[in-house]
Amino acid sequence: MSAHIGLNSLNGLSRREFLTAMGGMVVSFAVPTADAAHAAIASARTGPWPEKIAADALDSWLIIGADGRVTACVGKIDAGMGIVTSFTQIIADELDVPMESVTVHMGDTATTPDQRGTGSSNGIIDGGSALRNAGAEARGALMAMAAIRLNVLAAQLTTADGAVSVVGMPDRRITYAELVGGKRFDVKVSGKATPKEASQYRFVGKPIPRQDVEQKVTGKYAYMVDFKLPGMLHARLIRPPQAGAKLLGFDAKQKLPGMVKVVSRGDFLAVVCTREEQAVHAANALKVKWAAPAPMFSASYDALYRHLRETKPTVSEENQKTGDVQAAFAKAATKLDVYYEYPFQSHACMGPACAVADVSRERAQVWMGGQKPYPLRKAVAETAGLTQEQVRVTWLPGPGSYGMNDADDAAIDAAFISTEIGKPVRLQYSRADGTAWDPKGPPSAIHMRGGLDEKGEAILYHFESHGYSGRTRPSGTDSFGDSLAAQLIGGFKTKSTNLFQLPSESYKFAHKRRAAHLIDWTQSLNTGLRTAHLRDPDGMATCFASECFIDELAHTARMDPVEFRLKHLSDARHKLVVKAAADKAGWHARPSPSSRKTGPIVTGRGLAYAPRAGSVVAIVAEVEINIDTGKLRVTRFVAAHDCGFVINPTSLVGTVEANLMQAMSRAMFEAVQF
Amino acid sequence: MAKPTRLTVNGKKVSVDVPVDTPLLYVLRNDLDQHGPRFGCGLAQCGACTVHVNGDAIRSCVTPLSAVAGNHVTTLEGLAERFVERRKKGAGSLHPVQTAFIEHQAAQCGYCINGWVMTAAAYLDKKPGATEAEIREALSGLQCRCGSHMSIMRAVKLASANMAKDAA
Repeated sequence: MSAHIGLNSLNGLSRREFLTAMGGMVVSFAVPTADAAHAAIASARTGPWPEKIAADALDSWLIIGADGRVTACVGKIDAGMGIVTSFTQIIADELDVPMESVTVHMGDTATTPDQRGTGSSNGIIDGGSALRNAGAEARGALMAMAAIRLNVLAAQLTTADGAVSVVGMPDRRITYAELVGGKRFDVKVSGKATPKEASQYRFVGKPIPRQDVEQKVTGKYAYMVDFKLPGMLHARLIRPPQAGAKLLGFDAKQKLPGMVKVVSRGDFLAVVCTREEQAVHAANALKVKWAAPAPMFSASYDALYRHLRETKPTVSEENQKTGDVQAAFAKAATKLDVYYEYPFQSHACMGPACAVADVSRERAQVWMGGQKPYPLRKAVAETAGLTQEQVRVTWLPGPGSYGMNDADDAAIDAAFISTEIGKPVRLQYSRADGTAWDPKGPPSAIHMRGGLDEKGEAILYHFESHGYSGRTRPSGTDSFGDSLAAQLIGGFKTKSTNLFQLPSESYKFAHKRRAAHLIDWTQSLNTGLRTAHLRDPDGMATCFASECFIDELAHTARMDPVEFRLKHLSDARHKLVVKAAADKAGWHARPSPSSRKTGPIVTGRGLAYAPRAGSVVAIVAEVEINIDTGKLRVTRFVAAHDCGFVINPTSLVGTVEANLMQAMSRAMFEAVQF
Repeated sequence: MAKPTRLTVNGKKVSVDVPVDTPLLYVLRNDLDQHGPRFGCGLAQCGACTVHVNGDAIRSCVTPLSAVAGNHVTTLEGLAERFVERRKKGAGSLHPVQTAFIEHQAAQCGYCINGWVMTAAAYLDKKPGATEAEIREALSGLQCRCGSHMSIMRAVKLASANMAKDAA
């Protein structure tokens, strides 16, 4: 199986060295190990790095080595869904090479095109299509070169197994390596090459095992936390004990083992030591004085939701206005008036963030584990007082990430500390730094109103949310002000934007309105309650409210909830996905709830659906509730997941299953306390 | 400085010259370049740092170096080799738990996977053929944020069955 080595072993190399390496050192890359990564890292070069990797140059995307190995460069990252394998399948098919010959290299600003990284599930959507087009362009370019070398028309040529040959004359053949191995294509991406038809694919669409799983279960997969630089120091942060607490001072004379420096600016405080455990100890032992702040937040969730509902919004948006919702509600024969509430939630990644930064007066290199390494380049330049050409940001696999977690803040913290001390530094957040201070999924107080007419027909759907923008902390970090460090230091502006909490659905009612109100939250910027993207930003809250409400409407109308949905949905594809989930689940059409009960256990079922950015998902859940203890257990999920063309069904199923588990945990158990 | 601490890591005798209260996790990762065990919480709450000490799964983030002096430590990197030695299997074989994780593609980001593999391996080494309920109990102190639990359970059940066959 082809190797996922690019990112792990090449991040110290400049693009030119990388190209040279592909010609001369391929064997050492063939087995991807942490050791190979470290060997390459040891040869890290100093820049300056190109201002940008030209997206319109084929060489930016594909490199064919002297031995015929193909390296695909892409501006995405793999957060654990296995898209490296999917990219490998795409390139192997489009270019007609064995999967074993393909290496995927990603997430490095110095050697891969800037696609901002991965977010909104766009790894395959954008990265996959870019690579598919690059593969088609490259195959066309190789055939054009072969036509000259073999002295035939390009139309008479075909490609297979890393070589071009004349149709019907397999001996008249020239390999890709002979044509362009170790050299540049020097052609522009024309946008005119035609990728293959799906029927021609050999790898795409097949359940091919992920390449990273064996490395992960044998300890060979190199993560961000495994990265080391010679002479690197270890840093830990000391965050304010409460949101808004001001740093009064620390004991600068305190002797602590291995202490190199305390970095302090505004309310930002970090210790730097020779060894990691010394930094852990110093962060706990340093005598620090904080001023007790006035409470910044509501004292409870009840108070928070009340605050959200009663505070004048800073900005509002409404859409899907049909009929007259106020009048319809006033005269409805049966009224429904319901509140749904959704709390702050944490990414709570498996490991708190880690980053390494090496900043000098001439250059800055930062290694980070988040989804958006590319925008960070500008923010690091600002942090270190350098130009972008002097900055390189390299992604290494992190401990899971579900949007804007703590990775970017750690990268900027590390860059800031390294700038202050002029030495390479590794910053590892503590568990508390991670869970308490990572950006949070925003809370929402949602008001749903609906009604039935005299005939029992549902005629009204009125959605109104009150919450915080999910981009109070921006979803990429391209300015220092977006980082927690800047907000703790004070005096920097963040590029917060509005993200309105609106559901995605296609229900049609005679009277309908959806409105979202955002409440000012600037006081959160230097706290652990900054709101940001957390898997399906706002989707869990808005879908929870909207779909539960649809169930209430169906119940009030005494209709089966699936039948009710099919009756009111307007989008044909949405209906098909809902129907697929219900059919697979063996859904028994009847109004909910049933009266089935065995002892204290009652059983229930539910269906919810959500379209999102081109994908449509419907889930049937079967649950048991012990009415004596209140204990709830999900006994079965059936998921219908229509995400369009599937590159790798194995990876997709794994991702869907994992999403179900995470979503179940968040729905049943999780709320950040404050 | 006190005398260096001697221990055996993945079959190799090593001597480490750091304070004996240093958590084993940092010694393994930073002094001995063993990256299988990872920092997740530092509080023995997640299991990402699990290693075997004389065949038992322990949390290396809260285990001081002094506690393993003179003992055998196995990390994820050494798991297959130690298994192969014990069972006299051919080189290149993996521990049946690792094989089953690959078979069931039981990982997303994989940061936690060390904990699941090492805990399951230590448990099934002693109790091949463990039932699903026993496996759930044995793995109950572990975490996975990506939500790989279903594939992990399939993998460990497969490993348990395969190891029972091997033991028979």
